[in-house]
This record gives sequence, structure tokens and C-alpha cells, in this order.
Amino acid sequence: MLAYIIRRMGQSALVLLIVGLVAFSMFRFVGDPIDNMLGQERTAEDIERLREQLGLDQPFAVQYFRFLEGAVQGNFGVSYRQGRPVSEILLERAPATLELAAVSGILAIVFGIALGVFTAIRRNGFTANFIMSASLIGVSLPTFLIGILLIYIFSVELGWLPSFGRGETVDIGGWSTGFLTESGLKALILPAITLGLYQMTLIMRLVRSEMLEVLRQDYIRFARARGLKDRAINFRHALKNTMVPVITVIGLQLGAIIAFAIITETVFQWPGVGLLFINAIQFVDIPVMAAYLMLISVMFVGINLIVDILYFFIDPRLRVDRAGGH
Amino acid sequence: MSDAVLSIRNLSVEIPTRTGVVKPVDGVSYDISAGEILGVVGESGAGKSMAGNAVIGLLSPPAHIAAGEIWLNGTRIDALKGEAMRRLRGKQIGMVFQDPLTSLNPLLSIGDQLTETMLTHLPISRSEAEKRAVAALEEVGIPGAVERIDSYPHEFSGGMRQRVVIALALCAEPSLIIADEPTTALDVSVQAQIIALLKRLCRDRGTAVMLITHDMGVIAEAADRVAVMYAGRLAELGTVRDVLTQPQHPYTAGLMASTPLASAGKARLHQIEGAMPRLDNVPEGCAFHPRCEYAQDKCRAAPAPQISDSHAACWFPLIAEKVS
Repeated sequence: MLAYIIRRMGQSALVLLIVGLVAFSMFRFVGDPIDNMLGQERTAEDIERLREQLGLDQPFAVQYFRFLEGAVQGNFGVSYRQGRPVSEILLERAPATLELAAVSGILAIVFGIALGVFTAIRRNGFTANFIMSASLIGVSLPTFLIGILLIYIFSVELGWLPSFGRGETVDIGGWSTGFLTESGLKALILPAITLGLYQMTLIMRLVRSEMLEVLRQDYIRFARARGLKDRAINFRHALKNTMVPVITVIGLQLGAIIAFAIITETVFQWPGVGLLFINAIQFVDIPVMAAYLMLISVMFVGINLIVDILYFFIDPRLRVDRAGGH
Repeated sequence: MSDAVLSIRNLSVEIPTRTGVVKPVDGVSYDISAGEILGVVGESGAGKSMAGNAVIGLLSPPAHIAAGEIWLNGTRIDALKGEAMRRLRGKQIGMVFQDPLTSLNPLLSIGDQLTETMLTHLPISRSEAEKRAVAALEEVGIPGAVERIDSYPHEFSGGMRQRVVIALALCAEPSLIIADEPTTALDVSVQAQIIALLKRLCRDRGTAVMLITHDMGVIAEAADRVAVMYAGRLAELGTVRDVLTQPQHPYTAGLMASTPLASAGKARLHQIEGAMPRLDNVPEGCAFHPRCEYAQDKCRAAPAPQISDSHAACWFPLIAEKVS
């Protein structure tokens, strides 16, 4: 198993290298940062000097290598717009996004699995059918529209919850958390629902169809023929088998939650890394954009690695097959 | 009749469909005594598995018991629902399925599946259940049962898995086992072992067995009595010896004549003309008459007599003809 994990980490590193290369080369074409950084009254000398200062006059390969060299040490350069180290800015913004993503992810997984199991077990019941129909809304409506609808209902009409921002935050050892203040928690509700709704309905529909498939299997029939209790059949025998394919998708979706936080953060003016990225694009702030992309891909790759390791604990067949040496 | 473990009386199973009601099981009656193996044979769709599913209460809707009675150890069980039926399954009626490769949950160790089943039905502690699980595996002939108790199903071969399935079906000591084609999915070399195992365990414990199969060889090997089914109805019922050597129903006779024998040389096998009728289109009168070479007007007009005194549901049983 250790060998497998090491191999997977090697593959992950390769993926990150390639993502870095793609991200880095793409940004060559988004525009010239110098234009934005210097005002109207610039001279050719100013431009030249700044270009040299930023290392933009170097050949592409050299720039990429420097970028990698810094990235490995956690140094992503200096933001063109804010003039501060990118890593510092990211660290400052990351808690907001991670807290939002964590709450959305937990909402999506807990409710997604619970509702999926419920609709599979009671597949002809009125409530189950109602939930299934309602879930189409979650799947089909775009995120920003859901966000705007929620703001309209709960902020504008009812006035219960704030429509933007993060509320008050408390600083704990450099991590600013919104979990400890009332306004922070209130501010979290709408964005978390907006961000998690699509993932929740997706997980729910997937769990339902997988579970229905599993419930048709012979070993479930045999379990029934042995007189096992419904609860044991549904949750011990069926759910465990359902989770094998579901976990893959959940893993990918958790990555997607962090990545797609961009839209939710924009709608709710949530001060996270997504909003930072949008602002960076407008300003062609290459170091910030590159660092953001690297951060997202690190998370994706990391989550996938965790998912692969989870398989070992869920499915005994993999333990043997892999040990058999492929 | 009173000492029968399982007693089925005029059992009918119906499935409502868009084009009308079909009867996969139609007025079937038989008994199985303690320690006895009743072989139920018939073609696919003759209703043999459906009858077994009806007994254990696992008919998949919309199939349901429409008429008749099922008695288990003197208690009527055909009307039992939900929780009451669940308590019966595994505890009083065990079931062995056809395909051992898909009958076991791939994610749970066989020890887990055994102890879980025992703890559901028997008032014993977990450690006692674990002890019994090892004993159950030893009994079905799994070598090294102590080490293999934590193995997963994929670590066993097909024949070994069927042994595990049998251990599972028997672990709560039911008085009736329904074995639905238990050897069909296995290698021929393993089939005989599994049949011998099933036979030995049930003799030892006095378990009644309903052995559903289409394999005459398995019947000859294992069963004490045979019930031949055709188009949902019982065609013939009798001891293995009688049915195999002196079949009375023309259908049974046809089946016997079309079974290849090693001693018979290269003569062409007998073939019953036509095919079993579709269940939504069972002919009037005796269901077998369109294919029967002895059919007469009476067979076309009136349903064949119920099996009671005679062994065969036939107006003109073959033995009687020969005798007269």
C-alpha cells in the first residue's frame, strides 16, 4: 500500500508540473501587465525598467523555472496590483474560501447521501418523488441565479440574512474564522447553500441510482432470504456497496466546490480566493492567477489521492489486486 | 401429512400484467418431511423457482400469492407479512441461490456475514457467534476455517463460495432449505461435491430440502421424491425411483427419454415436439395436450385431475395404460 501511495504521489507531482506549465504559458497571452501597472504618463524607459525588474524580459523557460523554484518554496512572487507577496495575500484570503467550501461540502455530502438513500428505499413514495422532482431545480439552475434568488428572498424580502460579506471574523493564530460570531455564521448560510446545492442534488441523484442498482443484486436478495433486518440490509449491505462509485464523484465534487467558489464569492462579495482571482484577472495580475491555479490543482490532486486511499478501506478486492502487483 | 415440515396446498401465484393475469404457479400441492429432499424439476418458466420464492415470502411485486395455503411446522405462513415473515427467513427457512459468485456481499468478510446472520436470529453472544461461524465453515468443508474466517468472498473459488453460501443458509438451523439451482453455476466436477454436502448436512440435521433444478442427474443423485412441474402446474409427484423408471405422465416420460445416457450409445435423443406454452397463453384443458402424443378429446376439454391418489396429473397415465 505504501508503494502505491508513493507512486500516486509521484504521479500527482507530474500533474502539478504540467498544470503549472499550462497555467504559466496561458498567462503569456492574457495581456501585458505593464500596461495596467504604469499610468498614462509612462515612458519607454519606465516600461523597460519595470519589465526587467519583474523578470519579464527573460526567456520563457527561464521564467517558468524561476516560477517553479519559488513555488516549491511557497514563494509565488509579488502581486502586481497590491505590491505584496502573493503567498501572504492567499493565506489571508484562504480561510474565507476554505470555511465556505467546508460548510458547503459537508451540507452537500450529508444531505446528498441521506436524501439519496431515502429516495432509493422509498422509491415510489410521494415524498421521495417530490424530492426527486425538486432536485431537478438544483441540477438545472445556474449557481449565480440560485444565489440571487436566495438574496432576493432572505435578504431583500424577509431581511433575515445578510446579502454580502463575511460578517465579523475572529483571528486565531493567523486564521480568520467566521464560525465564532453570530454575524459570521449568519453570513455563511446563504453562500454555503448556494455553493453546495448543485453538489448536493448531484450526490443525491447519484446515490439514489447506485443504491437502486445495488438493491437489485443477488447478495441483497440473499441477505433478505437470511432474514436480516431492513436496517442492516439498507445501511450495512447496500450503502457500503453504493459508496464505492459515489466516493469518486464526491472527491471530484469537493475539488469543484473550491474551484467554483469563484461564482458564489462574486455573487456574495465573499472575501475569499475566488474573488481575489476574479480581481486578478481584471488587472492581469499574473503571479496571483498562477498561484491560485496551482493552489486549486494541489487541492484537486490531494483530494483524489485521499479518495484513492479511501478505496483501500472500503473495498477489500482492491487491497488484494494491488498487492498482487500491477 | 401432519409430520411434514412444509406443506403446500393448492398454491397459486399470480402476476397482473397489462394483457391480463398470468399464473406462474397454478394449484400446486406437495409436502416435504423432515430430512427429506424433494426435487422440483421443470423447464425454465415452469414455476419451480416462483413456488420457492412464494414459500420464503420473497416474491417480487406485483407477483403475489393468489390462493392456497403454505404450512410450515404446523403454522400457516402464506399470509405472514413484513416483520413476522422476516423472522422466519433464515431462522426457519434457509435459501441457497444459484450463483455463488454474486450471492455474497463483496465488501463484508464471510465471518461478518455469518455472525451477522446468527446474531439476528439466535440469542447468543458475539463471541459465541464467532465460534459457531468457524464451526459452520468447518462443517461445510472449508479447509483452515480459523484462518479464513476473515477472508472476503473474492478470495474463494466458486465451489468454496457455494459452500460458504450453504453455511450461511444453515447457520441459524432452519428446518427447511430451499436450494434454487444450487449447482447450475458450478463446474461439473464441483457439482457432485456440493450435492453430497447438501445431502449430508440435511440428513444429519433432519432438515427438509426443496431442491429446485432442471438437472435430472442432480435429482437422481440427491432427491428422495420428485415433483415435476409444467406450465405452473404439477405434472407428476412420486419417489425418485418411480418417476425416473416408470414415469406416468407423458411429459415426464418425454423428459426421461430425452435425457442422454452414457449407456445408450449414439442413438438420436428423443425430443418433445413444440415448446412449453407462454404463461399468458396456457391452453384449455390439460396444459400439455398440444404436445402430447396420447392426447384425446377429454384432455382438450377438461383440466387434468389434481394429484391425489395417482402420481400424475393426467387423464390417461401411462402405467394404467400398460396394465390394462
